[in-house]
Amino acid sequence: MKPLLKKLVEAYGPSGYEGQVRDLIRAEIRNIPDYITMDPLGNLIAVVKKKAKSGKKVMLSAHMDEIGVMVSHIDERSYARFQNIGGVFPLHCVGSRVRFADGTVGVIGVDEKRDDATKIPALSDLFIDVGATSKDDCPVKVGDAAGFYRPMEELGHRLIAKSMDDRVGAAILIETLRALKSTPHEVAFVFSVQEEVGLRGAGTAAFGLDADLGIAVDVTRTGDTPNGLKMAVELGGGAAIKVRDSGMIADPRIKDLLVQRAQEARIKTQLEILERGSTDAAAMQIARGGLPAGCISIPTRYLHSPSEMVDFRDVQACVNLLLAVLQRPIEI
Amino acid sequence: MAKKPVRKAAPKPRRPAARLAPQRAKAPARDQRPQLQPLVRPPKATASEMDLLRELCNAIAVSGDEGAVRRIVLDAIRDHVDEVRVDALGNVLAVKRSKRSSQRTPRLLVAAHMDEVGFMLTGHESDGSLRFELVGGVEERTLLGKPVLVGPKRLPGVIGAAPVHLLKDDRRNAVTKVSQMRIDIGVDSADAAKRWVKMGERGGFTTEFAVVGPSLRGKALDNRLGCATLIELLRAPAVYDFDLHAAFTVQEEVGLRGARVVAYAVDPACAFVLDCTPARDLPSSDDRENTQYNSRLGLGPAIYISDKGMISNDRLVRYLQQTADAAGLPYQFRQPGGGGTDAGAIHLAREGVPTVSVSVPGRYPHSPVMLARTEDWRNTVKLMRLALENWTPQVLKR
Repeated sequence: MKPLLKKLVEAYGPSGYEGQVRDLIRAEIRNIPDYITMDPLGNLIAVVKKKAKSGKKVMLSAHMDEIGVMVSHIDERSYARFQNIGGVFPLHCVGSRVRFADGTVGVIGVDEKRDDATKIPALSDLFIDVGATSKDDCPVKVGDAAGFYRPMEELGHRLIAKSMDDRVGAAILIETLRALKSTPHEVAFVFSVQEEVGLRGAGTAAFGLDADLGIAVDVTRTGDTPNGLKMAVELGGGAAIKVRDSGMIADPRIKDLLVQRAQEARIKTQLEILERGSTDAAAMQIARGGLPAGCISIPTRYLHSPSEMVDFRDVQACVNLLLAVLQRPIEI
Repeated sequence: MAKKPVRKAAPKPRRPAARLAPQRAKAPARDQRPQLQPLVRPPKATASEMDLLRELCNAIAVSGDEGAVRRIVLDAIRDHVDEVRVDALGNVLAVKRSKRSSQRTPRLLVAAHMDEVGFMLTGHESDGSLRFELVGGVEERTLLGKPVLVGPKRLPGVIGAAPVHLLKDDRRNAVTKVSQMRIDIGVDSADAAKRWVKMGERGGFTTEFAVVGPSLRGKALDNRLGCATLIELLRAPAVYDFDLHAAFTVQEEVGLRGARVVAYAVDPACAFVLDCTPARDLPSSDDRENTQYNSRLGLGPAIYISDKGMISNDRLVRYLQQTADAAGLPYQFRQPGGGGTDAGAIHLAREGVPTVSVSVPGRYPHSPVMLARTEDWRNTVKLMRLALENWTPQVLKR
């Protein structure tokens, strides 16, 4: 699974421009589901058809998009000013590298003379330098979108990469699809778009699928860094089962189902409450007439930075938990 | 069915770069766009088109109370469409069907909002003045001392302020809150005021529309320009391979509310939204380069790539760009960032709708007087006409 994860996290796909990731995923899952389709906003949907009368229609969602930046102005010397795509922290920007769709790389610099040089700069104090030497050879233009650019690194059980959020979720869905030998349910594996800018893909995909229940697979924070948040989730503590976050109270039936299946299969899990942040599950929960929704979360340090860290054992626990849920009946 | 061929203009020598050179002039060679063309003289607005815009701009239609503009729109389009109806929220929905319209004919939605920002009267003071609240994002700093028209009878009033020479220094510089402002309609008791206007009635600015040299000046150019454009698209003698659904929406300024229900009802294959976007293109007060102008006057229709509410469908953005390039029309990309249009609600309807917004740039939106260039408006009309005439389902294929 690590080679798959490496391909996914290193791919280009800021919100709205997920094409390269979508093509990558499509190639990885070819011939496994009963059919693969793409909806109007670009969500990739792979469906395993229902096998039993009592089977449920399950929507699973992991988002393909990553946070990034979008060029808003090119000045006289070809420095590019930019806007954020999703939750980009200026703190993580200075000195970071970004990469555009065609592979052009740039570095983010900061206005040396700004209003208060001791404070963290605002996005408007930053610019991208793509190494253009004159006005006429600037390879980027207004509207071009870029993601952050770093290779994945392995540190024993721990992996760091940009866009673990939520390519690790996509990897989990792909591995689950590959390992799923049999299921009584109809399962729609949704690789969603534009989560980082407002859960947009998941909402419309949920409308189209009209499922019986939904489970998102996304990252969550941890409380185990120095002077960190008071949060019970820790790296290596197992798959996190979401109780609530700022966008959703997980349906207790889904949460209990996950807890129960984890206990039966002896999978390491931990309960999660996230104070700020949400996932595709919040959008699934209020689609159409509503549906029971929950989330399996991958504990991750340094979220929305170019070096997000996960524990590979937690990732495997998420796959096992998802398989345990899908392979047995669901009564809710 | 033969499509009207899009003219390819003959290459002409590059015109000298203006002080505010269009972004396109810096386009890289690998992008393979044609050489920058000199501006093709845009079709002028006929006298009647300008009169229609005047009538639209001078009407007052604050969010939730769009009747005055709705009447003008219905009169203007009734004889040019196959069906028209007004829905529960007051949206005007009109359809121009294709020649062989059936269930399988694709539906295209083009939307423009009818409402403007303004005021709502919230109470009567004993001295006859009126308390009011803002409807939509009115520029608060522009309110004091402005003449207004209130109520369905358009009663003249003024937003009262204490005379400058009576204010102490510290009060002169303090920001006055809307809750401290009053509209004075010239009566001196609450009873008298109640005979003229009721709580809940709306008010708007008094600015009269005028053509000033190359510019259009009026209140509510945001979004009467969009309405006028959409009316012209419906009146155009074109026949399409799709059913054209035109929506004149309500309550955009207070949360894209009309558009949300329109998109659900129409369920189109794709959507174009016509609006007006701020042009903050005057020089910065310090000597630094103005990098946050959003859009600029005179550079043509502003195509949206991304705003707060939506990331435009990239195929539709490319389609508009190619259409404009092929016809030698100027255009610009509105800077990504804040703000939004009805597209924010439309693209998330049902299973999702590929959508793009196109706006006429305008200075001083949400204030008593807006300024736009006639040329930018005419080029927006021209671009949209060509975009509709040449649209096929291929445009949406990945």
